[in-house]
Amino acid sequence: MKTIENEKNHIIPYKTFLYVLAGLIALTLTSVTLTRISLGTLTVVIALIIAGIKSSFVLRIFMHLKFENKMFSRAVIGVITLLCAVIIITLLDYLNR
Amino acid sequence: MTHRDDLASKTGMWLFLFTEMLLFGGLFIVYSVYRYRNPIAFHQAAQELSVFIGTINTIILLISSTTIAMSITAIQKKNKKLALSLLGITIILGLAFLVNKYFEWGEHFKEHIYPGSAVLALRGHGDILFYGLYFFMTGLHALHIIIGLVFIMVITFSIKKDKIDHENYVLLENSGLYWHLVDLIWIFLFPLFYLIT
Repeated sequence: MKTIENEKNHIIPYKTFLYVLAGLIALTLTSVTLTRISLGTLTVVIALIIAGIKSSFVLRIFMHLKFENKMFSRAVIGVITLLCAVIIITLLDYLNR
Repeated sequence: MTHRDDLASKTGMWLFLFTEMLLFGGLFIVYSVYRYRNPIAFHQAAQELSVFIGTINTIILLISSTTIAMSITAIQKKNKKLALSLLGITIILGLAFLVNKYFEWGEHFKEHIYPGSAVLALRGHGDILFYGLYFFMTGLHALHIIIGLVFIMVITFSIKKDKIDHENYVLLENSGLYWHLVDLIWIFLFPLFYLIT
């Protein structure tokens, strides 16, 4: 069998995943608690920032982006930037009508 | 003798995930704009959703993401038995998510709230939009859960038959990537529909 190995496969220890899980659950509960307190527009911002932090954990550790070929992280950043740009431009349009 | 290119395989998977991100991204834009135009209706309708079930389902998905990620470590360490058990747990958790969704949607249906219902039509434009987006987006997400579960089941059988092992596990990695994406989407769906009221 012929294989193309671009880099050595990185083995992530089980413990790392459990720590990340603990962090993700803690962030979820923080988000639930904070949004129960009514803070107006700030609630939206806090909820989305926490969701962003959770996503970066999932992308970097669970989806191995931290240890993978850099091409993947760059492409993901590119897609997220594109998505954010479209969201911002659409909202700017609606907010200024 | 077969030729194999794991990097190309993963690249293909990521390209597919990008199309999924843009699909849900588009729906998030639709949601934001309608929320902006119907703030009061969205505020009141969002309060009718159960934060408790939403939180439980979030935690279920987070744990299932962890177990599938750990199964890759297990296969790398040649621990086939542990990999199979971890995938089994992932499948059970995925099914538990769907069971919760079934009861959650069932509650809405009991109150005659579903797209096209006469009761919902009486409640006005904003409510129709909120529930339309709610059922469509959580429904599309649930469809992804079902596809992910089938994918993981196929992978589990392949590991059982030693078609996937410590030397050749890119398919397991790809099924993991898909499952994590489903988790990522839920990470945003949960605050947008359940938490921000």
